[in-house]
Amino acid sequence: MDWILVISRAVEASIGTEAVIYALAAIGLNVHFGYTGLLNFGQAAFLAIGAYSIATTVTTFGLPFFLGVTIGLALSVVLALLMGIPTLRLRADYLAIVTIAAAEIIRLVVRSVALQDVFGGTDGIQAFSGGFYALNPYPEGDYNIGPIIGFDENTMWVLTVGWILVALSCGLIYLLMKSPWGRVLKAIREDEDAVRSLGKNVFSYKMQSLVLGGVIGALAGFIFALSRSAVQPESYNTELTFYAYTVLILGGTARILGPVVGAAIFWGLLILVGTFLEEAVNTGTITFITTTQVGPIRYMLVGLGLMLLLIYRPQGIFGDKREIALDAR
Amino acid sequence: MHVDEAASAPAGAVTDRKAAARAAFAGLATEPGVAKPDPILVVDNVVRRFGGLTAVNVEHVEIQRGSITALIGPNGAGKTTFFNQLTGFDTADSGEWTFNGRKMNGVPAHKVARYGMVRTFQLTKALSKLTVLENMRLGAQGQRGENFLRALFPRLWRAQEDEITERAEELLERFKLAAKRSDFAGSLSGGQRKLLEMARALMVKPELVMLDEPMAGVNPALTQSLLGHVKDLREQGMTVLFVEHDMDMVRDISDWVIVMAQGAVIAEGPPETIMSDPRVVDAYLGAHHDAPLSDAEAERQLAEAEAELELEAAETHGEAVPVNTATTAGPGEAAGDGAKAGGRKEAGDA
Amino acid sequence: MRRAVIAFTAFLGGLIFLLASGPAMAWADGEGLKGSLKNQGQPVNGVKISVVDENNAPVGEATTSATGDWAIPVPKAGMYKVTLDVNTLPQGVSLRNPDRATLTVQVFEGNERNVLFALVSGDAADEEAAAAEAEDSWWTRLAQLSFEGISLGLTIALGAVGLSLIFGTTGLTNFAHGELLTLGAFTAYVLNTSLGLHLLIAAPLALVIAAAFGYGQDRYFWGVLRERKTGLIGMMIISIGLAIFLRNLTLFLFGGESRPYNEYVAQEGIEIGPIFATPKGLIAMAIQIVVLIAVGLALTYTRLGKATRAVADNPALAASSGINVDRVIRIVWAAGTTIAALAGILLGTTQNLNYQMGLQVLLLMFAGVTLGGLGTAYGALVGSLIVGLFVQVSTLWIPPEMKTVGALVVLIIVLLVRPQGILGRRERIG
Repeated sequence: MDWILVISRAVEASIGTEAVIYALAAIGLNVHFGYTGLLNFGQAAFLAIGAYSIATTVTTFGLPFFLGVTIGLALSVVLALLMGIPTLRLRADYLAIVTIAAAEIIRLVVRSVALQDVFGGTDGIQAFSGGFYALNPYPEGDYNIGPIIGFDENTMWVLTVGWILVALSCGLIYLLMKSPWGRVLKAIREDEDAVRSLGKNVFSYKMQSLVLGGVIGALAGFIFALSRSAVQPESYNTELTFYAYTVLILGGTARILGPVVGAAIFWGLLILVGTFLEEAVNTGTITFITTTQVGPIRYMLVGLGLMLLLIYRPQGIFGDKREIALDAR
Repeated sequence: MHVDEAASAPAGAVTDRKAAARAAFAGLATEPGVAKPDPILVVDNVVRRFGGLTAVNVEHVEIQRGSITALIGPNGAGKTTFFNQLTGFDTADSGEWTFNGRKMNGVPAHKVARYGMVRTFQLTKALSKLTVLENMRLGAQGQRGENFLRALFPRLWRAQEDEITERAEELLERFKLAAKRSDFAGSLSGGQRKLLEMARALMVKPELVMLDEPMAGVNPALTQSLLGHVKDLREQGMTVLFVEHDMDMVRDISDWVIVMAQGAVIAEGPPETIMSDPRVVDAYLGAHHDAPLSDAEAERQLAEAEAELELEAAETHGEAVPVNTATTAGPGEAAGDGAKAGGRKEAGDA
Repeated sequence: MRRAVIAFTAFLGGLIFLLASGPAMAWADGEGLKGSLKNQGQPVNGVKISVVDENNAPVGEATTSATGDWAIPVPKAGMYKVTLDVNTLPQGVSLRNPDRATLTVQVFEGNERNVLFALVSGDAADEEAAAAEAEDSWWTRLAQLSFEGISLGLTIALGAVGLSLIFGTTGLTNFAHGELLTLGAFTAYVLNTSLGLHLLIAAPLALVIAAAFGYGQDRYFWGVLRERKTGLIGMMIISIGLAIFLRNLTLFLFGGESRPYNEYVAQEGIEIGPIFATPKGLIAMAIQIVVLIAVGLALTYTRLGKATRAVADNPALAASSGINVDRVIRIVWAAGTTIAALAGILLGTTQNLNYQMGLQVLLLMFAGVTLGGLGTAYGALVGSLIVGLFVQVSTLWIPPEMKTVGALVVLIIVLLVRPQGILGRRERIG
């Protein structure tokens, strides 16, 4: 068995594009769920909005790349408003159902045959990332980080931009959550009636939270689209949101770096287990499964891990039990 | 009896404020809806229905400025529901009310608080995972740092935050919570939470403080301290309206008492005499089991209950689903009469 | 009319297949093209499919297997042309769109790309089908779609009633409820294909197993969590973890492709007035109606049913009036799981089994429950029927692929206007 391969793949994954995408998605969810207590089950929708905004702007309409970024950010704000207006005055579970529905609506619309000319149907859209890679300062070649891992120049560029976005988002959240604004959010998570009785417009703050987390989700969508130079509707299904929740809870909700740590551990472990099993099957160490069964096994472990975390360590790996939002009603 | 009063206001003022409040009520009729000399809150025709049940139906009531007014009534009288209407936490079906002459019906809860009408809750709402001090700071109004963009630049709000903190510390000191300032509010005892909630409400700098059963579930020793704090509010020029269903609590501190039963105001009067008002005696004895029943009463109630049961049995035979007043799922017939009475009580009190 | 229905069914089959194959295949090694050829949900075998690359150089050929599947590996990512040899199609089956015998598709790196050919029965030249469709009056289509909508609504309702009762009695929003459908269907599948039991024996056995599973799930899992005072949001996310686990367990055990039961696979449709249906579809509907009525009557008239509603209304009060709340919840779990399994089995007979079949219905169940009013069993029933009807009937105006979108949009609009749902109480949302 090639242990170097197993470990290098795992380490690459823990700092790779998946980790960046899920870290950003989970930072957004952290604002929603961790700090404000909003049950957003449609984070995939914000990623889809970000990704498809770039793709359609550039490929379908032939407009510049940065316009796509601007449109993506604007549309994620609009989506947050649309999700929030009907539900933010209602009980928490309504938001969950509406957000999950909104995410499905977006996925079904972009994959539809009727709008294939715009969104590319089930095939999605390609060839839109030229504008982004044209800015790549890394010359062609392989870049080794440490002894065993390395990326090509394009991945390096995506990762550089991605981790800068992660750092900026974390910095932003840090400043906000230390401010009176963040205090109102956390108070809403605890009891919104109390906050209302103290003269704060709870609806407005929830909406601001939904917008902020949604915009960060759209950033994740940008990286998702650019790192693959393609968008496909099936990438933005509900499971994406659920895995982002797993990432968030793994790292610890309502902690600034929780989503980042969670994403690194989630992808590191997922790829570690996956590559290990595949290697074991290929070298004949394990004979009772096939390589195509490795995928399901990994995700069974994700499901199992999520359950065990919630039952035994709801505060996440590094969280403080007294501060978690999960024991609320 | 408690030291806070002396600490916060000169001894002379205590009697002045109290005497002034009592004087304002002198000679008023004890009819429901009687006009007060200087009302801060005037309520007209507030109605709230839950399905077929009318939880609140208040024709007219006025609250005197600078006084402590108690709102009492048996369980299920609609006191809390009435509170919810006035503070914008629930929408009244009809009616209007003014606070300082400003029309308040339809005003959302957070604006009600900003206008100076702040409430607390029957089930204390301490924000468990915030520290005691953060709980207090949250109460301050007009915070620059609560704006999203300004929040990003601490120097825009740091100075104000320091002022707020100072004021919060003072209040915590007064409410004997200073030692707990950096503890999570969730770690406080029930009584301490009540204190924190009241102190937090004061951070808003209200004119009218509305307390929903401030003494409920608090041990007797702390009750005295709480009562002291309530009196203290009046000494500082605030108006207090508080809900209580235990008459004995009320006698000591209130200047005026308003009695509700079955959603309506049935009597008003000074605390010394209100309990001997025949309407109040009726309400407390007739409606519920808070006081022992007289033999005649008990017999009459028994007869009524039986008649009701018979009627229901007759209805049930005719229909597929027995229709309960407040529910579509109709839990009553399964859980027995206890469930039915309980269901009604809840609808009224919630 | 018949052609329209057949074409529609073929389309639906394709759609479901596409939905099913997405994530499962994303992790496969190496690039390739593959597909599954079906007509009216039935596999079509022995059809030759060939692939050439951009320069028309041949890449590979395949013949569809007994399950209708084919796969052709390709050397690298790029554009490929896939051609279906029309002459190898069985008699009476043809391409829905004869112009689309050759499709140009792009294969991405590491992607096993699905290629879909839509088939219809009969000589189905385009014009003929179009002419037949035009003859159908709008009312006939409405009748047919309403029938299909009620059928779909009943399936949703079977799942939704359990979902709603569990929510009502325990407060848990169970995201793993869709998987209860899948598990029920696959339990029957194992009994049916591996043990060789006739479906009429396998199905009741599967329901018994499902009841035990539901009871055990509460006895050894959810009940324990409730005792640990796990919060409702925590439990909700645990149910998501459980759903991910169960779904991937099914994928692990049975793979990503659709599977039929041994019996009742191919059935001639019959025409009843304006409606065209298969006997199995009608029987499934009858079973669903009987079960739903039985559940309704049980809730209304039996001691247990009344106790269930009492617990849903106020557990503390129910407990204090002598109802064994834990026992009621356990029975609700057992019953809810059983009827969900029944829904899964019936769904399996009409559209084959797939590891994602439950997930696909889950959102519609949520929509039905929310539309009817959270926590009321009758509301769930009404809401589900409305969702089912709306999904199908809306295809009169919007493309069939968008029908779920329509239903979800309506859900959001209803929440705006009447947040408590159609049968819910205003107080419930407070």
